[in-house]
Amino acid sequence: MLPKAQVRHVARLARLSFTPEEEERLAAQLGSVLQYIERLNAVDVAGVEPLSFAGEAGLPLREDEPRPCLPREKVLAQAPEQDGQSFAVPRIIE
Amino acid sequence: MRPLGAAADALAAGEVTPQELLDESLTRISELDGRVHAFLRVTEREARAAADAAGKRRASGKPLGPLDGVPIGLKDIFCMEGVETTAGSKILQGYVPPYDATVVRRLREAGAVIVGKLNMDEFAMGSSTENSAYGPTMNPWDLSRTPGGSSGGSAAAVAARMVAGALGTDTGGSIRQPASLVGCVGMKPTYGRVSRYGVIAFASSLDQVGPMAIDVRGVALMLAAIAGQDPSDQTSSSRPVPDYAAALDQPVKGLRVGVPREYFGEGLEPGVEREVRAAVGKLREQGCVVSEISLPNSPQAIATYYIVATAEASSNLARYDGVRYGRRAQASQLLEMYEKTRAQGFGAEVKRRIMLGTYALSAGYYDAYYLRAQKVRALIRRDFERAFAEVDAVACPTSPTTAFKLGEKVNDPLAMYLDDVYTVPVNLAGLPAVSVPCGFDSKRLPVGLQLIGKPFDEPTLFRLARAAEPREQPLPPLVARG
Amino acid sequence: MAEFEPVIGLEVHAQLLTRTKIFCGCSTAFGAPPNTQVCPVCLGLPGALPALNRGAVEMAVRAGKAFGCKVSTRSIWARKNYFYPDLPKGYQISQYELPICSGGTVGGVALTRIHLEEDAGKNVHGEAGSFVDLNRSGVPLIEIVGEPQIRSAEQASDYLKTLRLALIYLGVNDGNLEEGSFRCDANVSVRPRGAQKFGTRVELKNINSFRFVKQAIEFEIARQIEVIESGGRVVQETRLFDNAAGVTRSMRSKEEANDYRYFPEPDLPPLALSQEFIDGVQVPPLPHEVARQLANDGVSPADARTLLENLPLLRVYREAGVSGARAAQVVVNEVARSLHELHAGFRPAFIRDTFALQDAGTISSTAAKEVLGYALREGKPPSQIVSERGLAQVSDEGALEKVVDAIIARSADEAAKYRSGKKNLLGFFVGQAMKELKGKGNPGALNALFRKKLGDD
Repeated sequence: MLPKAQVRHVARLARLSFTPEEEERLAAQLGSVLQYIERLNAVDVAGVEPLSFAGEAGLPLREDEPRPCLPREKVLAQAPEQDGQSFAVPRIIE
Repeated sequence: MRPLGAAADALAAGEVTPQELLDESLTRISELDGRVHAFLRVTEREARAAADAAGKRRASGKPLGPLDGVPIGLKDIFCMEGVETTAGSKILQGYVPPYDATVVRRLREAGAVIVGKLNMDEFAMGSSTENSAYGPTMNPWDLSRTPGGSSGGSAAAVAARMVAGALGTDTGGSIRQPASLVGCVGMKPTYGRVSRYGVIAFASSLDQVGPMAIDVRGVALMLAAIAGQDPSDQTSSSRPVPDYAAALDQPVKGLRVGVPREYFGEGLEPGVEREVRAAVGKLREQGCVVSEISLPNSPQAIATYYIVATAEASSNLARYDGVRYGRRAQASQLLEMYEKTRAQGFGAEVKRRIMLGTYALSAGYYDAYYLRAQKVRALIRRDFERAFAEVDAVACPTSPTTAFKLGEKVNDPLAMYLDDVYTVPVNLAGLPAVSVPCGFDSKRLPVGLQLIGKPFDEPTLFRLARAAEPREQPLPPLVARG
Repeated sequence: MAEFEPVIGLEVHAQLLTRTKIFCGCSTAFGAPPNTQVCPVCLGLPGALPALNRGAVEMAVRAGKAFGCKVSTRSIWARKNYFYPDLPKGYQISQYELPICSGGTVGGVALTRIHLEEDAGKNVHGEAGSFVDLNRSGVPLIEIVGEPQIRSAEQASDYLKTLRLALIYLGVNDGNLEEGSFRCDANVSVRPRGAQKFGTRVELKNINSFRFVKQAIEFEIARQIEVIESGGRVVQETRLFDNAAGVTRSMRSKEEANDYRYFPEPDLPPLALSQEFIDGVQVPPLPHEVARQLANDGVSPADARTLLENLPLLRVYREAGVSGARAAQVVVNEVARSLHELHAGFRPAFIRDTFALQDAGTISSTAAKEVLGYALREGKPPSQIVSERGLAQVSDEGALEKVVDAIIARSADEAAKYRSGKKNLLGFFVGQAMKELKGKGNPGALNALFRKKLGDD
């Protein structure tokens, strides 16, 4: 079981919100998955470099040449709320 | 619908026109898809225009290539300009990309006729297509069972002969496992072989685009059309693309095949084991040298995968925030907007994985989880490197079970995850692998043989797959009946 | 106050002067209408992937070399994860564990590191909501982190001025604080003088003019000392400087300390630079090196200062084809005056040409000034201007002699006075000759001729 406070903290980091029942269920499900994952602790990883890049590099870098941009109508066409120029969101308080 | 290779031949010989193939496709879809639910949307108008154009080219003897006029379906994870693309999620309901994925552009340039977008587990997270926000897809062999996932719609459409071929994606087995469960061929190429630009991301270091078709040759023809470096994807490889079609009929005599002992243990259904071993036996009969090998760290693969993939996913899915596209929940305040949008827009499995991944990256846990997992990942890859010093390919089951019933595993996430046990190590190691139909279990459900190859050695896989594939793939009863 | 010492570490984010963004081909030009310089990549659309700009890498290496940093042959991209409307992907691609440059010095202050990252878009706050413009999203930045060696607001301001000018000289950044292409954050703490341990530090964000840099830091130092002296504890937080009130304010709940969950960016290979590539990046001279060169050339300190602070003028001086105090003077005076109406056809080498005409006696020094003025405004070569406008002075001995003889002949009185000792009448004679010659007489030659003819051997 993952502690409820932890579930809430992680949910906040991920910008998710859950009902109390969902929290309950998540605490149990995440708990059991994390318990399964514990087995990795038994593996001897001394001296092993982590594998973070899966490919083989080789493509040249992109030249600093401008390319056509999207027309603004297309950019804003998918926006849930916009004012013809920008994306609109609830007022941000700094 | 003929197997893709045969369709390409028939088009080239003038025995059939692209328009006729499209008609076959659309007829099948209208007959069967009400029950199978492979398609999320059929792009009939665009398809007819493409078929007409292909028809003209074929008639004048100037086809763009073997795929010119062939009906293909696309998993709804590929951005297609002007066509709704949802990744199987409600959060992208109504989202219309302003650009084509590179692989979509390449298929168009090859003349393929894109018939529509295919169902999938939401954001490719799942092994049954039951996580789709738009309803599950049914297995054409038994409509009460799943076709696997996450490319379940692609697999079902191919198996039900609605299309000659389909594109899917594979992050932990999402092409191979459904291919195995529906009795078609599905390949995950080497990481970096095919561009990911325009493919809605799940786990960036694991995702790969791959072809599915009834026949190995069809898969080879599709891979030839989409493989190759892309400047828009800096993880794509600059290695030249070999002639896959040429590899197909090379004899397999002398090829060394390794059978990993760790992949034949607990959890493997007897019916699956029987068919897979028989398939390996057939390769031996054709002159392959078969030996037992060990991949000792493979049992750690699921745990490794569910840290690395979910960590990357938690970051890749942060862009779904309701600001610029997709659904947005009503809210008067920013934090509320984010939380409600994502809570309402994502399904349970997606939220579960985002939570897991966020946790694995969070302060205090990064070293214990993410960093450690990437180290174990290196060990898993090293196992394969060692094996490939002795063998040319590895053979094992694709999935421990045949198609399971809808609803059977939905409530037990861990049980669902454990189904990926033979496919996940391949993504972690970045290797190419293909699932080839090799028989049926006692319930008359398809079984798949998995062949895993060295990096960029798709040609050897095609050789072996061709040797292993059945003379003819039977039609699912649903299709035979019509 | 004397018991406490301030400890200041400065972080500068400088936009690079590349033509395109760091991960896509969109233009970086400033001032375009909102959301007209965006594409799937910098919009964070589903399926988009970053494609690294070679130009951004070169500029970062250029800065690293100029400041004496160690430039890494292998550096790693990282994702910095957080949610904000101006951050389209919900993460910023930056560098965390292995930056492209480490160490180095600027203006005597040690650097910790320099790394590359992408800029976010802009939020504009209105009555009813906030509005997001993503033109700036993806513009390349280098983040230059200084060691906390600075001990006063004055020192901080000097460091920033030196760094800013250096980046301008390197052609890497335009040094514009007001437009936000050069942004400074200050980490400020205080500790008892002589103590080893650092005090709690406060981050001052986005100070947007040099005047405010000093003010803000001074205020913050005083504030922290007051807090401590009155028995309180400095809270670790981020504060903004309120220009109008002259105080720093806590930023309203940027919530609990951000957990950025850094991890290596899987969509980009590690940045591998060959030693060849690094060696091949050209580094123009920095301000202090240029100052030394100007001093060697004999340029006056005042003119040198003017040139150093005005890069376009400096460029003209360098390309003038002639160096030294004389050229500098012309650039600082004549050219500076016309800098904003400079004709496109003007070539700095026209300065050398003008001097040559003057030194050859073809034009007088007064005419030279005129010629240069026309050259600047009309973009024509000096020789062309001289002939078109008839500015050549008469230097021909024979022609001048005729005039000299004629004037002496009709100014017998003055000639007599001169011969008897009134030598300052030379000016009168030369003046008369100039009138005859419509100002085109070569004054030196006339001088000599009159002296000769009037018996001044």
